[in-house]
Amino acid sequence: MWEYTDKVRDHFMNPRNVGEVENPDGVGEVGSLACGDALKLTFKLDTEGRISDAKFKTFGCASAIASSSALTEMIKGLTLDEAAKVTNEDIAEYLGGLPKEKMHCSVMGREALEAAIAHHKGVPLPMAQGEVVCECFGVTDLEVRRAIQESNLKSVEEITNFTKAGGGCGKCHERLEAILREVHQDLQKVIPDQRPTARLTNIQKIKLIEEVLEREIRPALRKDGGDIELVDVDGDFVVVSLRGACGSCKKSQTTLKEYVEKKLREQVLESLIVEEAKS
Amino acid sequence: MSTPVVYMDNNATTKVAPEVLAEMLPYFSELYGNPSSMHTFGGQVGRKLAAAREQIATLVGASSDELLFTSCGTESDSTAIFAALQSFPEKRHIVTTRVEHPAVKNLCESLDKLTGHKHRITQLPVDREGRLDLKQYEESLAEDTAIVSVMWANNETGVLFPVEEMARIAKSRGILFHTDAVQAVGKVPIDLSQSAIDFLSLSGHKLHAPKGIGVLYVRRGTPFVPFLIGGHQEKGRRGGTENVASIIGLGKACELAADRMSEENTRVKTLRDKLEDGLLAAIPHAMLNGHKTERLPNTANVSFEYVEGEAILLHLDQFGICASSGSACTSGSLEPSHVLRAMGVPFTAAHGSVRLSLSVYNTEAEVDYVLEKLPPIIEKLRAMSPFWQSAHQGSIGGASCKCQCS
Repeated sequence: MWEYTDKVRDHFMNPRNVGEVENPDGVGEVGSLACGDALKLTFKLDTEGRISDAKFKTFGCASAIASSSALTEMIKGLTLDEAAKVTNEDIAEYLGGLPKEKMHCSVMGREALEAAIAHHKGVPLPMAQGEVVCECFGVTDLEVRRAIQESNLKSVEEITNFTKAGGGCGKCHERLEAILREVHQDLQKVIPDQRPTARLTNIQKIKLIEEVLEREIRPALRKDGGDIELVDVDGDFVVVSLRGACGSCKKSQTTLKEYVEKKLREQVLESLIVEEAKS
Repeated sequence: MSTPVVYMDNNATTKVAPEVLAEMLPYFSELYGNPSSMHTFGGQVGRKLAAAREQIATLVGASSDELLFTSCGTESDSTAIFAALQSFPEKRHIVTTRVEHPAVKNLCESLDKLTGHKHRITQLPVDREGRLDLKQYEESLAEDTAIVSVMWANNETGVLFPVEEMARIAKSRGILFHTDAVQAVGKVPIDLSQSAIDFLSLSGHKLHAPKGIGVLYVRRGTPFVPFLIGGHQEKGRRGGTENVASIIGLGKACELAADRMSEENTRVKTLRDKLEDGLLAAIPHAMLNGHKTERLPNTANVSFEYVEGEAILLHLDQFGICASSGSACTSGSLEPSHVLRAMGVPFTAAHGSVRLSLSVYNTEAEVDYVLEKLPPIIEKLRAMSPFWQSAHQGSIGGASCKCQCS
């Protein structure tokens, strides 16, 4: 069960400003049924250019509805320039906070507001101009970059919490990591990569494995009348074929795991897994 | 002011029956002996355990020495699948379904990492009503299939799979068969002595026994390798001191379940049908998820289009009504339930699914209460849904979204 603040519960149970403004000056629609949440925001301006009325219609969970309700309350009385400065963090703060997995609901509110302002001004939506990074949820790189900067996001998981990007098939995770690095580099806050730089290419890996086989493993096996051949390397899986006496030996599984795999892990890569090829 | 609880989430967990609790209590206080001890004080506990084992065996038509006590359904599932894989290390193929509980689904999907061997996993698809195609199943069985693991009843929809027939087919091909029957035990008659099932998992807290106790049935003669290695308990097949009070509770719960099975399939089923038919009649754009008849008597899974499940649940919660949903937001993931997606339930409906699962403790008054409270909730949420109006005007909003979620 989600831990919602009393304010979230209140705005969910008793949402303010539900509906659509008649003859609106601005209309913003974001999200879709497929994505699981969607928001339609409409507003009306008074003669001084201030938002005199704002209403919403939302399909979504409690925090989506509460964020929409909060947004309409927050922007009433503001000029469009003032309203444009409302961020998702402001919406979340107004509600006394949202669970981190639900931050994207506040982001949706902010995006609907931007869309409505762009609609009023007759200009295209700036965020939609970017390149779509997450195809599952239709999130652009501009949206991801802004969320990283504004909310100081540090991981792909946080990006997903805020923008939904990466929450579907996961194919864009590498791209999201790259964007994360780029943005943090821009911010001069890059954290040096502590991982060993020696990430082997497949060819290097095969070469090293062959060397260890030739230097240590084959001579040892040959002493017992056996032999070994490298069949395939697929990621961390090393497929080998045992020959000669080893092929018919009942202990060949032990040899593979206790000897061959151990040696290869020591001398090539800790994560290697040795398998016997199916005959 | 406290709202009375109307509990309709019995596929998540059930209330411990008062008779079960009464049976357990002495084993937390005066009868605390270790059943393995040589002294009379412990020995009397051992005798009570043996009696509980008999009660459980009777409910599922097994012999008592075919049962292992575990900590939960998940442990039973893992034990069965690892036992099969270790018994036949040269076989690296598993057949399961796309709608399994995560206890089986996530295990099968992580086997490569866990074992250091590559495995082929066939996850059988289901049709729109959640049923398997037996022909497709037969075709999926291969020379190197180590085990088939198929649930007896689906936890989300209640749809029943023909596991007895599937087990016979597996057996004829020399393949082990496991079924996760945690939702089925106590609700459908099970006679393992007449079946070809090799492993069956059950869980105490789904049938009015406490949480933290599970059972794995292992057919006599089935190859087995222990999962938890330790003492001589369970004849060396599962180490660890027995969860005495819970086992005794489960024994009693199984005895009660045998007595109440007919009530589950008559009175509870009638209540479920009344609830389901009432909701479908009162609420437009509502649909049943799962086959109408080939399913558990207690489960109703209904989708309400254009509204979101978590919002429905929180409104129900205000009235003390406990239910669950397959929507994305309730799980914390961003995609709706894998079961509904596998069935091809449209997104318009998958996000708005609600599961109501009953037990013998539910009353007709409670069903009437839900029928009174739920329709206005859907109406209220639809009134604020941007898609509801446009759906009535013939065009569904958001259809042009960039989304490609599958």
